[in-house]
Amino acid sequence: MKLDTTDRRLVMATQAGLPLVGQPYKAVAEQLGISADEVMRRLAAMQAAGVLRRIGAVPNHYALGYRANGMTVWDVADGLVDELGERIGRLTFVSHCYRRPRHLPDWPYNLFAMVHGRDRAEVEAYRAELRAILDPACRAEDVLYSCGILKKTGLRIGG
Amino acid sequence: MELDEVDRRILNALQGGFPICARPYRVAAECLGLSERRLTARLKRMLKARVLTRFGPLYNADRMGGSNVLAAMTVPEADYENVATLVNARPEIAHNYRREHRLNMWFVGAGETPEAVEAAFRRIEAATGLAVYRFPKEREYFVELKLEL
Repeated sequence: MKLDTTDRRLVMATQAGLPLVGQPYKAVAEQLGISADEVMRRLAAMQAAGVLRRIGAVPNHYALGYRANGMTVWDVADGLVDELGERIGRLTFVSHCYRRPRHLPDWPYNLFAMVHGRDRAEVEAYRAELRAILDPACRAEDVLYSCGILKKTGLRIGG
Repeated sequence: MELDEVDRRILNALQGGFPICARPYRVAAECLGLSERRLTARLKRMLKARVLTRFGPLYNADRMGGSNVLAAMTVPEADYENVATLVNARPEIAHNYRREHRLNMWFVGAGETPEAVEAAFRRIEAATGLAVYRFPKEREYFVELKLEL
């Protein structure tokens, strides 16, 4: 979807959150100098196009006690990776799931699934669940725990 | 902060699906058996306590015409801080995480075009003398969002 200038202004005005007032879309509309109906129409169009994933509460995993974050990576047979990726993406503990290129011989993994847990033991238990599903098609696997955020910035909008 | 049953109910129900209508908090509150005022007060409290990162739209930068590419490097421990400073100084680098692996620095390059992101990775390679492994998304699998509390 190609966003126009008004869409971009709407994204910028709402990406940090909606106002906690009775009529939040109207409040945003007033800020942008457009009507509440237009704000709602544009949000609905962005949602239909997948530009807007969802509207709601974005939990802070860390503050909620989910302190361990493991990027699980798997070398899954090319013919099966899409079917299996769809399956594991639906598990409640997987927050992101992508197919990415291998870099042989150093990096044989083509399926990435991000898993959050309260501690590493919980992540390992989830990893075992993933292994049980992927096992017949999987040749190698690993998990990369994050041990420090070096930089984190907000959303950027492309031209 | 300690979450009570009402907080949990709100969190479990409202990680998505917030309505687009004139009085969305009222509609959402009714579904939860709460008053509009109680819902917004709870959300305010959870935001203040940073249990919530935010409440509102979650956008997908990949669908906005820009380019986002995950990349990783193997950085010698002795140079780690210097390399992190060099990488982080590039405005195209949106996130950078240290991970426990031979590939120990993982970052996301974001730009208006794939060429802009690629140019940033080349500059990092030139400045550090280290190889940047590119991991562009080939396919995104659907994920349900629901942290169960």
